[in-house]
Amino acid sequence: MQTATVPDLEKRVVAASLLFAASMLALLGYAAVRLGISVPGCVTSVKPFTEAALIQVAPGRYEAHVVSKTFSFKPVIKVPKGSLVDFYVTSTDVVHGFYVDGTDVNLTAIPGAVTYAQARFERPGKYQVICHEFCGLGHQDMIGKVEVTP
Amino acid sequence: MSRLRSVILVELLLPLALLIYGAWHGVVQVLYRAGVIRDISFLGIGYYQGLTAHGVINAIVLTTFFAVAFGNAVIEQTLKGVSPAFAWTGCALMVAGTLAAAAPIFAGRAEVLYTFYAPMKAHPLFYIGVVILVVGSWVSFWAWIAPYLRWRRTNAGEKTPLAAVGIFATFIIWQICTLPAAYELLVQLIPWSLGWTSGVNVVLSRLLFWFFGHPLVYFWLLPAYVMYYTVLPELAGGKLYSDFYARFAFLAFIVLSSPLGLHHQFTEPGYSQGYKFLHAALTFLVAVPSLVTAFTVAASLEHGARKSGGTGLFAWWGRLPHFDPQRWLFPYLFLGLVIFIFGGITGFVNASYSMAALVHNTAWIPAHFHLTVAGPVFLAILGMSLYLCAGLLGKPVASPRVAVAVPYVWTAGVFIFSAGLFYGGLKGAPRRTNLGMSFLDPESDAFRPDWVTGERVGMVGGCIMGLAVLLFFYALARTLLAARSEERAAAFALPQAAGVPRRAGAGGAQLRPLGRRGDRRHPHLLPAAAPPGPRWRVPPRRRLASPRCCWRRCFPQAGQPPFRPSPCSTSRMRAASCASSGLARRGCSCPSSRAARAPVR
Repeated sequence: MQTATVPDLEKRVVAASLLFAASMLALLGYAAVRLGISVPGCVTSVKPFTEAALIQVAPGRYEAHVVSKTFSFKPVIKVPKGSLVDFYVTSTDVVHGFYVDGTDVNLTAIPGAVTYAQARFERPGKYQVICHEFCGLGHQDMIGKVEVTP
Repeated sequence: MSRLRSVILVELLLPLALLIYGAWHGVVQVLYRAGVIRDISFLGIGYYQGLTAHGVINAIVLTTFFAVAFGNAVIEQTLKGVSPAFAWTGCALMVAGTLAAAAPIFAGRAEVLYTFYAPMKAHPLFYIGVVILVVGSWVSFWAWIAPYLRWRRTNAGEKTPLAAVGIFATFIIWQICTLPAAYELLVQLIPWSLGWTSGVNVVLSRLLFWFFGHPLVYFWLLPAYVMYYTVLPELAGGKLYSDFYARFAFLAFIVLSSPLGLHHQFTEPGYSQGYKFLHAALTFLVAVPSLVTAFTVAASLEHGARKSGGTGLFAWWGRLPHFDPQRWLFPYLFLGLVIFIFGGITGFVNASYSMAALVHNTAWIPAHFHLTVAGPVFLAILGMSLYLCAGLLGKPVASPRVAVAVPYVWTAGVFIFSAGLFYGGLKGAPRRTNLGMSFLDPESDAFRPDWVTGERVGMVGGCIMGLAVLLFFYALARTLLAARSEERAAAFALPQAAGVPRRAGAGGAQLRPLGRRGDRRHPHLLPAAAPPGPRWRVPPRRRLASPRCCWRRCFPQAGQPPFRPSPCSTSRMRAASCASSGLARRGCSCPSSRAARAPVR
């Protein structure tokens, strides 16, 4: 008598949680594809480099080749306000973090590989570059700088 | 369980002894981070040395030992016949591995944190110790396979006890996920740290580590789930709402736990965006078994509370034994669930592809995982360790009121701690960093006044968590010093809540309906008095006449009460579909028609 009347509430929970996961995923997909909010991919076109450089490729457009080495980031990046900077980041010893405070540049520098992110600096001032991956006893002092001039 | 008593006690008490060190450095760490200690070391322990010990002891040694100890207890109680020699071998290997890994950590030769990312090198003994610890846990798991097969032979046709299913799920995940870690350690790191090879493929080693590192969190979590499904409903005075979906959740965890480690590596080169997105998607799927668990456990609690007189939409919460010293274990599990709600939600943020740049490696991350591994997992470990130690030794829990207070103090502490670190993390404060030496030092060029609030709040929370651990060790010590009773020890068993019978007439559980609308919403929780009339008659409104449904009625699930395949409710079926479904051959009488005449015997 009871068999067919048991409402399988759990089935509804499974359905609801699938729906929940799917809708969250749809939003992520929308953010990634339409809004361009994404994560670094696999950079294969740039060989790991050991020389740090800041290159102006066009007016207001810079390319930073960042070398992370215990316990510093090179070069010090100095760009005018409104610049668009392409960061190519690598490490020559252990794994480091590369987080430009106040921006969406949050990368992991891996020896033997190059990772990439892009940021536009609209606000003049000094941005701390923070190593957020443990790299040795001086890890907390591994701080770089992005200086944006007005 | 008395045959395995000493093994289980060693496996519980050794990591708890190490936990004193691990928890101590948890407290010291928040002081460093808040800028109260502005030094590279404190009382002879370096910041990163202590951080390594904090991670290895609390997240690897304690959790692995506990999973094995709890598994031994559960398997011995439910399936019986675990070989003590086998269990001792596993235990001895785990102890040897722990001591081998602890030596270089304490000597300051393994400051690599518990993720031991290459190319940061530790002393070879550290890696070897980790390998032996893991192999010891494998051996302990293998010791349960023979009891399971024996139980299956002697109990043919019965369902494996749910707790045993949960423990097997836990260790199947562990077995799968430790294989890549074994490859990383044995092929890459150990030869390299011994100087036999010159370098390590860093990208590969990190991939292998996170292949292990994320399923690891489910290995931490599932013993707590076993308690939520079997112990918690019993403590709440009720029954498990849905046995089937508990098994479903465990199975889903095995399937879904492995292929999602890349969500720890969103900011890294070496993997394409497509794979990273795929792993984000697979991580989200884990929401399914988690939400099913949340539903089933909450329904079991509601059922228990209503049985003891709880009413209203939410007022039944008050009927749960929140502060009952007799059932002091209850808040350890219940509050773990409450903490886990927030741990789960923030986990969604971490797995979200789009939000990686905001939170990756900031203080947000430890804030999140202290709401998971230091929430439900740690509280379940503390509570069950005390419960097992007292029970196996036949001692009363000497300070039940203190034991009840521990999870409340811990919960307050961990919420405050995490609130501070969430806030700091969103402001950009990094994790795993001795902030007091630079960012939180007002005399430094790097001083960040905007991080002070978050880290100070985190410090207050961390100190409260330390207080909770202190209270726990007080209760544990009092218990271990209490008078022993062999009778009590012999009678000890883990609570194992029975499943709610899903069909009328099954079992004989005298359950009250749930609330005013209980009849409609939870008919299988009704009193068990069998309704008159043919058992399988269905109310006409809900009558389902497809052959599939009819087939199901002829073959109810295993473990249900004795069942006769007739009458088969085929009267409303179309004769043709009844005949084609093969029911006639199985003894159901199909309504006669030209099509149905032929197959009748």
